[in-house]
Amino acid sequence: MSEGAAIEVENLVREFRKGPRAVDGIELAVSPGEIYGFLGPNGAGKSTTVLMLTTLLPPTSGRATVGGFDIVRQGAQVRASIGAALQEAALDAILTGREHLMLQATLQGLPGSERRRRTAALLERVGLTEAADRRVGGYSGGMKRRLDLALALVHSPRILFLDEPTTGLDPQSRSALWEEVARLARDEGMTVFLTTQYLEEADVLADRIGIIDHGHIVAEGTTAQLKADIGGPSVEVTPAEVDDGDRLAELLSQFGEMRRNGNGSVTVQLPGGESELAEIVRILDRADLRVETLQLHQPSLDDVFLAQTGRKLEGSGDGAEAEDEASEPAQGGRRSRRRRGR
Amino acid sequence: MAAEMAVGGAYVPLTPRAKVIEQTLAIARRAVVRTTRQRALIIFPMIFPLILFAINGSALSTATHIPGFPTHNYRDFLIAMPFVQGAMFVSINAGVDLARDIESGFLNRLSMTPVRGEALLVGQLGGALVLGVVQAIVYLLVGLASGVTLVSGVGGALVLLFLAILISFAFASLGILLALRFGTGEAVQGIFPLLFVTIFLSSASLPRNLIKATWFREVATYNPVSYLLEALRSLVITGWNAQALELGFGFALALLVIALGLAGMAMKSRLTRT
Repeated sequence: MSEGAAIEVENLVREFRKGPRAVDGIELAVSPGEIYGFLGPNGAGKSTTVLMLTTLLPPTSGRATVGGFDIVRQGAQVRASIGAALQEAALDAILTGREHLMLQATLQGLPGSERRRRTAALLERVGLTEAADRRVGGYSGGMKRRLDLALALVHSPRILFLDEPTTGLDPQSRSALWEEVARLARDEGMTVFLTTQYLEEADVLADRIGIIDHGHIVAEGTTAQLKADIGGPSVEVTPAEVDDGDRLAELLSQFGEMRRNGNGSVTVQLPGGESELAEIVRILDRADLRVETLQLHQPSLDDVFLAQTGRKLEGSGDGAEAEDEASEPAQGGRRSRRRRGR
Repeated sequence: MAAEMAVGGAYVPLTPRAKVIEQTLAIARRAVVRTTRQRALIIFPMIFPLILFAINGSALSTATHIPGFPTHNYRDFLIAMPFVQGAMFVSINAGVDLARDIESGFLNRLSMTPVRGEALLVGQLGGALVLGVVQAIVYLLVGLASGVTLVSGVGGALVLLFLAILISFAFASLGILLALRFGTGEAVQGIFPLLFVTIFLSSASLPRNLIKATWFREVATYNPVSYLLEALRSLVITGWNAQALELGFGFALALLVIALGLAGMAMKSRLTRT
């Protein structure tokens, strides 16, 4: 294992009794201060990986270190180094937000005065000061997630695990959580291991992304690298007359790899970049082929997933993971050019 | 001080685990807060045994005419029953509370901290203690108000309260054991009727020597619940009966030790930390 990695995983396997291999020999390394996005559909193995890395589930085989500690032999040290907000915001509806934080601070061994100070600071940071003394049962989904995050930060961990932290949240709450996660990495140098089934989340937040499918990591790299690996942009042309589909395909075939869609539309990769678009328009014009729509697509993480697995990420979950993967359907990626400010 | 500031601002426990007493008190405080904020959990389980006490106390009052019945006031005989019934309700509350923590993942959250299993187990009984104390006091006051007299006097009342709370604690441990074994509130609640029926298969309504059906008398004799009831009852009817008290305290303690011991093992396997 290499020196200095915050998280390092070697050939990690988790096999459930009478079930498939939820995690099947994954390898990855996360540098200190990095946000690593672990992207995949429901049942891909994301949550099982997090449960193993947070010491809540022993691996069947393989090895991993978190914060330099072995997840099997040095569980207590691993737990002292990490904070985790697991898939379900496991909160007590009867207790208030402040009581949750005080309980967590006590169990983490913070001294009395520090508990109160830390609780107040975290409530302030996640915007729950006003709601601090209300019972959690009355919190919205976003407030619960923010409290969940605050609870994970009570003991100032160096490494933070977030398992699908924004599932079920409205866009505003999602955006607020993204900002806080980005701030933790940027300002506090925290390493963040983030699982998500949302393409946009991985695109916006993660420095590097690992794409997992059926327990295997099928691609890994920065978003730019992953997109570059599958080629340049593509253009999708839909003819005004469906019967012109064959002629359209013939005209576009000279530009690069081509795919025929329904309604006679044709998608063609543009290895030469967007500049080839003008030439396509000229050729179609010269051929007097009337076009209904012409759309330029930049490669997305969904395209990367499609290229690696042959399936779209949306709706591709198969529930193979025996652990508690989210039951909600995956959301297709609204493309975003927004990047977190790091 | 259980923790200190380390380089980089991280709080690293000086020892792998924070102090057990501090952890136990924190968990107990949560259990007490949860119990006191759910008044329905306190009131309804408390009322049900009182309703049975009122009904049976009136409907079966002629049982005192049976030759050899130990008292002329059937309520003196019957008052022991609400204490044990209430304790069984406490067991369900304690079990369902913990089962809910298991189902919601709250126990997993606690597992991520340096909390020790013993602290979780004993702390969880904090709510049961509150419930046990409140119930025991209410049952005693209602009994006295309805004409029950304690032959053993004020000292006997205190011992009766102590034994009732011990019985609540023992049954709460059993509830916690069930929660840890089965992991769902439904399973714990499903077992409750089986637990409850043990009261009716005991000497709850009649002294064992006056039960005519042989099989019933045999079952009641082998049923530890009979001895819990008889110890409580002895303080009301016969005064300081050493044998009855030894058996009552003995069975209550045995149940507590066995249930808590098994619960400790179940908690260990439930906290599947590496």
